[in-house]
Amino acid sequence: MLKYTEDHEWLRAEGDEIVVGITKHASEQLGDVVFIELPDEGREVEAGEEIVVIESVKAASDITAPVAGTITAVNAALADAPGDVNGDPMAAWFFRLKPSDASALDGFMDEDAYKALVG
Amino acid sequence: MAETIRRTALHDLHVELGARMVPFAGWQMPVQYPMGVMAEHLHTRSQAGLFDVSHMGQVLVRAQDGQMASAAAALESRIPADVAGLPEGRQRYGLFTNEVGGIIDDLMFANRGDHFLLVVNAACAEQDIAHLRSLSGVQVTPVTDRGLLALQGPRAAEVLARLVPAAADMRFMDSQAHGWDGVDLWISRSGYTGEDGFEISVPEARLEAFARALLAEPEVAPIGLGARDSLRLEAGMPLYGHDMDGTVTPAAAALGWSIPKLRRTGGARTGGFPGADVILPELGTPGATRRGLRPEGRAPIREGVTIFDSAEGGQPIGTVSSGGFGPTVGGPVAMARLPVAILDGTTVFAELRGKRIPVTVCPLPFVTPSYKR
Repeated sequence: MLKYTEDHEWLRAEGDEIVVGITKHASEQLGDVVFIELPDEGREVEAGEEIVVIESVKAASDITAPVAGTITAVNAALADAPGDVNGDPMAAWFFRLKPSDASALDGFMDEDAYKALVG
Repeated sequence: MAETIRRTALHDLHVELGARMVPFAGWQMPVQYPMGVMAEHLHTRSQAGLFDVSHMGQVLVRAQDGQMASAAAALESRIPADVAGLPEGRQRYGLFTNEVGGIIDDLMFANRGDHFLLVVNAACAEQDIAHLRSLSGVQVTPVTDRGLLALQGPRAAEVLARLVPAAADMRFMDSQAHGWDGVDLWISRSGYTGEDGFEISVPEARLEAFARALLAEPEVAPIGLGARDSLRLEAGMPLYGHDMDGTVTPAAAALGWSIPKLRRTGGARTGGFPGADVILPELGTPGATRRGLRPEGRAPIREGVTIFDSAEGGQPIGTVSSGGFGPTVGGPVAMARLPVAILDGTTVFAELRGKRIPVTVCPLPFVTPSYKR
């Protein structure tokens, strides 16, 4: 089941972890992505903490941790091929996070709500 | 100062082509088309890119006594260049300077037989026109009924020659008038990408028709301001307001080459322009000048980033004035004014998000230009 944040991240629950990427809308707004800096595995993060740097040809932006928890894995291959974010943003995951609170995803938008947001 | 944002005569065409429009220097301009900045950049380097640069100021300067020598002398009192020696049908690059030796705009000027045509930056146009109107003996006429296109890239010449055969015989920095479908085009073989190409002034009423005729050629794609910026950055060309401004001298901007010997100390027409007493002595011995930077890794080093002389502690030695990702280079590129004592090949450090990234100082440009001399 996919959930979405107001910051245009997609969140996919897998077991007791969530996988995080950015939406097609976000990748289109960013333009061609040329650099991605991922957090260290094992890092404890707070909700809203800036943990990924993403640079497009136009500007630098951040991706924040959607919920508090621990980074369990990062997609190192993406740092070597940042353009994949533009190619297939739903497949280009950034990190896996184990939330401190198991019900952490409940408050996020579902697909219909997100579609309404981006129009 | 509340101003209405202006639209070029190609606004509807940009929207039709799917451009993302952004405000730039008081104009609504296309920053990119659906192709995207990276592909637009690479297309321009391999094929031909069409840019709407109608926001730039076009200004005619003619002498009240009808003599080109008078108009040239007036312009030389504002621009440290050889204006008088510019043959008819040729164009040169020059600078407007101020009393403290800074650069208040850069421009192209062309000898069109009985007058000069100047092309200036959009953001500076109003100020430049006022500056020119302070000259005595010349009539200054802003061109308000023409747009400006740039067609750039290795296929630009063969494409333009299909519409305007005479364009094929033009050389780099030629400036000529040619007809197309009853339209009077003012064409120069120049640009802002490091590629061979043309800038073409077109009456507004026919601008869209001419742009559509170019876009109908298979080699041509529309290119936005985003790729224009990365193309000029790779070509080592400065951007006014970023790489130089009213506080930066020609030597510091690495634009001393635009000041010929005869306007320098000891030359036949030395000085006689604002700030000459500051600008001329500095030409041989600048303290710092604009240099190229190649950061290690993939992270772009953008405008405003501080450059240090060591990986920890040390001294700040400069600030990035332009920087980003160079699609042709395949990595980040930047420019900064650095002390000349720091030689090419030296590793310096850019402070990015609290980390010092190693950066190699290198000569400009990053991509060798391919002009038709």
